[in-house]
Amino acid sequence: MQTWKHWRLEFSPEDSLAWLYFDKSYADQSETTNTFSSEALRELSAVCSELKARPPSGLAILSAKENGFAAGADIDEFTSFKTPDEAYAMTVLGNEVFDDIAALPFPTLALIHGFCMGGGTELALACCYRIMDDGPKSKMALPEVMIGIVPGWGGAKRMPVLIGAAQALDLMLTGRSVDGKKALRMGLVDAVTPRRHFINAAKTLLHKPPAPHQPAFKDAITNWPVIRGIIASQSRKQVAKRARQDHYPAPYAIIDLWENFGGDPRQVPRESPSSLFSLAAHPTTANLIRIFKLQDRMKALGGDGSGKSGGIQHVHVIGAGVMGGDIAAWCAMRGLKVTLQDLEHARIAPAIARAAALYKKRLKLPHLVQAAMDRLIPDVAGNGVAHCDLVIEAIVENADIKKTLYAAIEPRMRLGAILASNTSSIPLHELSVGLMRPECLVGIHFFNPVAQMMLVEIVEGAQTSAEVMKRAQAFVKKIDKLPLPVKSAPGFLVNRILTPYMTEAQIMLEEGIPAETIDAAAKEFGMPMGPIELADVVGLDVGLAVGTELHKPGNPQPKKIQELVAAKKLGKKSGEGFYNWIDGKAQKSHGSGTVDLAPLWMRMTLPAVNEAVACVREGIVADADLCDAGVIFGTGFAPHRGGPVQYLRSVGKEKLLAEMKVLEEKYGQRFTADTGWATI
Amino acid sequence: MKKVYVVDGARTPFLKAKSKPGAFSSGDLAVGCGRPLLERQAFSPMQFDEVIIGAAMPSADEANIGRVVSLRLGCGDKVPAWTVMRNCASGMQALDSAYMNILAGKSHLVLAGGTDAMSHAPLLFGPKMVNWLADWYGAKSFGQRAGVAVQFRLAYLAPVIAILKGLTDPIVKLTMGQTAEIVAKRFGITRQMMDAFAADSHLRVLAGRAAGHFNEIEPIIDANGHVYTEDDGVRTDSTPVRLAKLRPVFDKVYGNVTAGNSSQVTDGAALLILASEEAVLKHNLKPLGAIIDSQWSALDPSEMGLGPVHAITPMLLRNGMTLQNLDALEINEAFAAQALGCLAAWESDAYCQEKLGLDKAFGAIDREKFNVDGGAIAIGHPIGASGARVVLHALKTLQRTGGSRAAASLCIGGGQGGAMLLERA
Repeated sequence: MQTWKHWRLEFSPEDSLAWLYFDKSYADQSETTNTFSSEALRELSAVCSELKARPPSGLAILSAKENGFAAGADIDEFTSFKTPDEAYAMTVLGNEVFDDIAALPFPTLALIHGFCMGGGTELALACCYRIMDDGPKSKMALPEVMIGIVPGWGGAKRMPVLIGAAQALDLMLTGRSVDGKKALRMGLVDAVTPRRHFINAAKTLLHKPPAPHQPAFKDAITNWPVIRGIIASQSRKQVAKRARQDHYPAPYAIIDLWENFGGDPRQVPRESPSSLFSLAAHPTTANLIRIFKLQDRMKALGGDGSGKSGGIQHVHVIGAGVMGGDIAAWCAMRGLKVTLQDLEHARIAPAIARAAALYKKRLKLPHLVQAAMDRLIPDVAGNGVAHCDLVIEAIVENADIKKTLYAAIEPRMRLGAILASNTSSIPLHELSVGLMRPECLVGIHFFNPVAQMMLVEIVEGAQTSAEVMKRAQAFVKKIDKLPLPVKSAPGFLVNRILTPYMTEAQIMLEEGIPAETIDAAAKEFGMPMGPIELADVVGLDVGLAVGTELHKPGNPQPKKIQELVAAKKLGKKSGEGFYNWIDGKAQKSHGSGTVDLAPLWMRMTLPAVNEAVACVREGIVADADLCDAGVIFGTGFAPHRGGPVQYLRSVGKEKLLAEMKVLEEKYGQRFTADTGWATI
Repeated sequence: MKKVYVVDGARTPFLKAKSKPGAFSSGDLAVGCGRPLLERQAFSPMQFDEVIIGAAMPSADEANIGRVVSLRLGCGDKVPAWTVMRNCASGMQALDSAYMNILAGKSHLVLAGGTDAMSHAPLLFGPKMVNWLADWYGAKSFGQRAGVAVQFRLAYLAPVIAILKGLTDPIVKLTMGQTAEIVAKRFGITRQMMDAFAADSHLRVLAGRAAGHFNEIEPIIDANGHVYTEDDGVRTDSTPVRLAKLRPVFDKVYGNVTAGNSSQVTDGAALLILASEEAVLKHNLKPLGAIIDSQWSALDPSEMGLGPVHAITPMLLRNGMTLQNLDALEINEAFAAQALGCLAAWESDAYCQEKLGLDKAFGAIDREKFNVDGGAIAIGHPIGASGARVVLHALKTLQRTGGSRAAASLCIGGGQGGAMLLERA
């Protein structure tokens, strides 16, 4: 056996096979995940030299970590580079090492379990064969596009050759992952078996190596010159529907890299927009990487990753409406026992039906669906209150009704159980009046739709104990959401920042600017959906309630939304709002026209930026970074711009303040700069 | 003798089988009533010593359904669970097994009951099709396959309906309905008497429902968001006049037993929690009542409907009781003819002398104490669950009326009767 810092090489003498274990910094017990640092890559190169000197009959590469094969490049090292040249040097190194693996003069095999991302997948692709674990946790992906870069260590070169460009581009452009079954069907792996059979499978395969996988004819021809051009142009059209090239250059660079440079980033001229230098210089890349790391930071707020759930195994949700029902369904899907209380079974039934649909889509396997359904327990009698570790109240937004409920349930709750409100607007200290244990009251504020929105605001009232905050954060991490601790102030963080933006859009609509134009302007800024359409999707009644709650004296209030709500036109859910809705689609009558959209989005987004500055100044969140992360994950605020504060910093404070001044003179105090601008 | 307490119990609504499989499997039904039952207890489901489920026709993918239900209810890896089968009394057998183990001191806290989704009963291939398939899979070459293929007959595809097999006595080759015809003939029970009894069963359920006598029912919700709150086989229009129009289904044309005066094919589950005195004290439980005795008896399979007479009589006698000492009697109404037959047998000197070895008739029971809230003709008879249902409802009736003792009993296909003697806590 030979060891390096990150690798361990063993030979089985009876059959002269070599077993290479990837075990990053195994001397350090806290290192649970394999990532490729330049040191790990250089060591792998040394392993290759060693293997060339003493060639075995075959080589199996596998991970010694429980959680997976490899998570890709070491993102901390990647982001520490001062110049694009350093990043480029790392790319060259990765290519050379994986080319070395590919050139080994004996059969090579990757044994893949758990997650296999980015560089992990690229190493696997450099082997002759791949065998993958068949469990639901085993996932393979090339997710580089999500942080604005390309699969640059041979992924873009080898995957299209192995499985055809259509399938490979789909994986590279979406960054989505596939499980073992899917990977086998695509031709990405040669066999699928439970991890317990890896050694036997490797011996069987390497003793009698079959011909390496060849793509089917229909897949092979996708790499032929003329067809390649057709596929590239189709892919560009597909990508254009989802992301503009000026906002998101990476997917376009991936297509270009494959079409014109054989997938090898070393072949791309430095000045090409598809080169690593261009991508590294593009602000989107830095912003996406920052968000990626902020996501990790928020996960870390949920504890040390030891899988503790803040002692929460059983959640009791009161109120089976859209929010309560979907929160309950989500918690049960993530393995918790959930009792769901409402006044009668008929009120709980729609939530059960939605849960069944969600589980069928997400969990797929019938026995997993059944287990999740079994964990979601209708509880009209409210028996769960007495056993649960956490009550989440999601009833009507009325402080008196909530307080009456708390008075009834608190005496029945176990000592140490947490009482949480999903309120989106009522201050917690107001709700805590009369409680025996006010320190156990916390806000756990989910966003609609629960299954899609990653962010959950953990609202700290003045009376909430630090321990309860910590446990609430751990709970949110346990259910695979991103916890964001915020102070209890009207609107908390996300709604407070979103509301002035939505309000301004509606004022513009009432001034006569067409809804389609307003929405197009927001999308040009980079919002995933325009504010008028979003208001319809959220529900005008909900939007009106939040808007009224957060309205500041002296500011204009939009009228149309009030008329629509009074006429029971509530948006998408009622079929009519600002738009007419047919089959779940807003009916937009005309395009955005030829007007210059920039002044429109400037006017809508500045109130949000101004509010974000105020939130940071007031300490609603710990710092500007978390403010940005919250707004992006809670609202979808133009991810490529990095959130409101990052946007402010990149454009320049003075420039935006000047814009504010002009708008203030024209429209009044709602454009008055917050005092926080001075210090941000 | 040590007492065995019934702490609490719950059942699903009993759902009449339509032409297609119902929304719930046997396991789903037991979980559906078990979850609210367990959620309202002071102890954790993991504290059960065992789980025993009666099921007469579990589906192929729910082998040892007792264990399936136990795990799905969150009783955890360490609670042993098993399944019992005694045809129509499977649910009562589960209770009796729990009762015995508690008496023996081997268990203290047991979840027991029964479940069946009769609408899910499978269609089977007949032996000809099975043999043909065996030849087909055995054929190696194309020639052999071709040879097997030409032997195929469309008639092979005619399914065997498992539920009809299950409801036919394999020894005397009579359907359960035919055994009811035999009992009716013995005691001179007419079609009019059967229909009147059936109509009354529906009326009693409707009155009991209006008066809130069915609080043991826990509503269940299916994956499409439909809520089931009540037994859906109960009809407001089952009058003797309408029932008289139905055709006999077992002895066709000239018989008297119709679908209207028989119990219904139904999906449902009922679960009870049984506890020793020690467990009652340990967990500070408030029992509903207690099981004080039980009895299994057997008789001629072609008169299986009289099984309750053979089970209840010796059980009461050894406790020094007569029918008049009972404040409630629940006998599962497999057929109106069979239920009326039991009452007639007790009132017959000849039958009691010949079959029970008594000097004279055992006696009559006040009709107001017998199936006071109706029975399986209106409610339905998911065969695995009914035994647990009658015990639970008898105890609920004692609790409501303040009576002290009750008996619950069923006739059992194959010629048996099972009974339990119960008292209020």
